[in-house]
Amino acid sequence: MTHKILIIARTAPYGSSLAREGLDYVLTSAAYDQDICLLFIGDGLFQLMKQQQPQQINLKSQIAAMEILPLYDIENLFAVEEDLIERNINTEELGMEVKIIKRSEVSQLIDSQDKVLSF
Amino acid sequence: MKFSLLLLASPYSQQGGLSALKFAQTCLNQGHQVYRVFFYHEAVQTASFLQTPQQDESNLHQQWLELAESHEIDLVTCIAAALKRGVLDKSEAKRYQKDGFNLQKPFELSGLGQLLDAQINSDQLITFA
Repeated sequence: MTHKILIIARTAPYGSSLAREGLDYVLTSAAYDQDICLLFIGDGLFQLMKQQQPQQINLKSQIAAMEILPLYDIENLFAVEEDLIERNINTEELGMEVKIIKRSEVSQLIDSQDKVLSF
Repeated sequence: MKFSLLLLASPYSQQGGLSALKFAQTCLNQGHQVYRVFFYHEAVQTASFLQTPQQDESNLHQQWLELAESHEIDLVTCIAAALKRGVLDKSEAKRYQKDGFNLQKPFELSGLGQLLDAQINSDQLITFA
């Protein structure tokens, strides 16, 4: 049976491996035919930046790994507008197509899901 | 209520490891069910039976083991996260030609599908980061 699962990405892509391990969970869940959507909040927004050069710290690119998401039918990606503004990130700097929502709409998004997990 | 626990916290350098154990003990004492405990991220180190804290400090591995033996709870460790951090059972040690192993039953290695199964089949999945 398909469940609506929301994964909240709240951590920066490097410095901790949590973002990467969270993405592994996203891909696993999608492989088991779950209906996944992703919400990027706080420093999790940095995972979406186009210009990542993690090869300089011997790591794989988070944004490159996320390019596979549409192949898993994961097309509902959300980002919080206030968090983008606080970090001075323009949407042109993002490497993925995301829907921008207001912080006040986050609770509604969470309510619309069967299961929620954050990394 | 049917609970599952997701542990992300390193067993001894973060509070989450002990909090998860206390939460599981309390659930069971109050008659709730613990469907699965899933060790991921730094928490995979909890599964190593080689951990040897000082005698006057708590041994988290030992306490999970005792809880699992008295209540038959499922202790699943993410295989990819564990191998990377040097936590291997006997068959993985053999597969990767390592001299030793440090994970055995009731802890087991499995994939992230087990976390998804826990999330879907529990009333609540609680994260300890």
